Amino acid sequence: MLAAAGPEAAKAFIEIGAVALALAALARLAGGLGITTIPFYLLAGLAVGKGGVAPLDVSADFIGLVAEIGVLLLLLTLGLEYTAEELRSGLRTGLVPGVTDAVVNFTPGFVAGLLLGWDATAAVLLGGVCWVSSSGIVAKVLSDLGRLANRETPSILNLLVIEDLAMAAYLPIAAALVAGLGVGETLTTVAVALVAVAVILVGALRFGTRLSGLLERGSDEALLLAVFGLTLLVGGLAQELEVSAAIGAFLVGLALSGPVQHRAANLVSPLRDLFAAVFFLFFSFQIDPGDLLGALLPGAALAIVAAGGKLLTGWVAAGRAGVGTAGRLRAGSVLMARGEFSIVIASLGAGLADGQDLGAVAAAFVLITAVAGPLAARFLKAPTPAR
Amino acid sequence: MPEVSETPLPGVGVRHEFVTAGGERLAVITHRTGRRELAIYDRADPDACTTVLHLSSDDTRTLAELLGASPVSEAVAAVQQRLEGLAIDWVTVPAGTRFIGSTIAEGEFRTRTGASIVAVVRGGTTLPAPGPDHDVEASDVIVAVGTTEGLAQLRALLVS
Repeated sequence: MLAAAGPEAAKAFIEIGAVALALAALARLAGGLGITTIPFYLLAGLAVGKGGVAPLDVSADFIGLVAEIGVLLLLLTLGLEYTAEELRSGLRTGLVPGVTDAVVNFTPGFVAGLLLGWDATAAVLLGGVCWVSSSGIVAKVLSDLGRLANRETPSILNLLVIEDLAMAAYLPIAAALVAGLGVGETLTTVAVALVAVAVILVGALRFGTRLSGLLERGSDEALLLAVFGLTLLVGGLAQELEVSAAIGAFLVGLALSGPVQHRAANLVSPLRDLFAAVFFLFFSFQIDPGDLLGALLPGAALAIVAAGGKLLTGWVAAGRAGVGTAGRLRAGSVLMARGEFSIVIASLGAGLADGQDLGAVAAAFVLITAVAGPLAARFLKAPTPAR
Repeated sequence: MPEVSETPLPGVGVRHEFVTAGGERLAVITHRTGRRELAIYDRADPDACTTVLHLSSDDTRTLAELLGASPVSEAVAAVQQRLEGLAIDWVTVPAGTRFIGSTIAEGEFRTRTGASIVAVVRGGTTLPAPGPDHDVEASDVIVAVGTTEGLAQLRALLVS
């Protein structure tokens, strides 16, 4: 590979460099507008993909592998985000909002998939796309709007924790369905994943300090390589067991706790940004722009229904914390944005018969909700609070 | 002293809040990064905030300085006056203890001894009201409030 730094490599460098620069410009633009970069990356992917304005020559295999690593790092940082204690208390207190969230948000996506005439597997994936809020966008919106101190905020953050944990069950199911496994095998993979999550949660709570102490001592460089290596290794092993590589990476994130957790999160985040950008790009790279136009209508319809679902979820979650009408509406509107996780779920189905359509509808849906969600959070107000 | 309530914010940090004598509700958010936010709640909508101040670690120290040089000892004195039977003690963390590198929450000091850590003195600077995520380091001086027995247990625990 290194020896072949001939004309082909030169061309690849030029293309990758130009794309990275374009993404940098888009990231700055997004930062200036105060919205997430994900929709911009998706649009950039369309431009350089099949039928786009500037199709790339770089081998899809290469970008595909980098994109897969991006997924693993996204899931790793998600696992790193919460301490084992937070996950445990989230499970204890957030069951009712969590179940409400799953039912009212998964169902519209699933039904929409069936209405579009897809098979059940693709519909289950669209349900997942519709279900999960973007914890990245939600956390950023809360912080940007100065709402971290608000009384509804702990219930919102708790809901994000529950969604993450729910993914530990959902991702293996989705992966098993996509792989075409039978009911028995599907149940086995789910059981394996759930047991692994439980073991890691208990382990992190009891022995987390010692476990992390092992990694803690080395330099930043050693820690970065160790975490990166562990993530790919465990992800790969999980994939071998057909439990989905993503969940393996997520478990690595959960297992790290204590001081090393925050250090690892800081070290990995630039790497994650780089690889995840490639992932979003690659996702829409595979989508025909014509398909996306056709998917705008179903995507928008689903976005409207899904906005209602999140409003209801926020209403229930914040209501349980004794928050008033205005706060309950704020909670729902903040949760509307879908993002990275929805794209991760949709990308699982890339190889399905309906994979092309699923990708297009998911991209349209995320484009709409990731932009409109934060706007709704900013401007949706209760009609003057009753005094 | 008004009652301070603590709420964990998963993925963000901790929120402490209390109601001032004037009836305003105040909250301090301690981010995991050490950044703080000072928020004042809206009287019309008690769930939302009217003012949010973003404070770096430096800003926090400056503000604490301006508000009163030794808030910890003042608070402790107030607690002692109110509650007979409470004592305050200064414990230096020995180099060999197993708690080095773990956070206050992980040490479970309050669960084990009933004594609360109200401040940590490290290298001449005092950190009042350290969050549960605060790390314990060798030769830190831990300021704790509790019963005499609780404080003795804490001292024994740290030396073990």
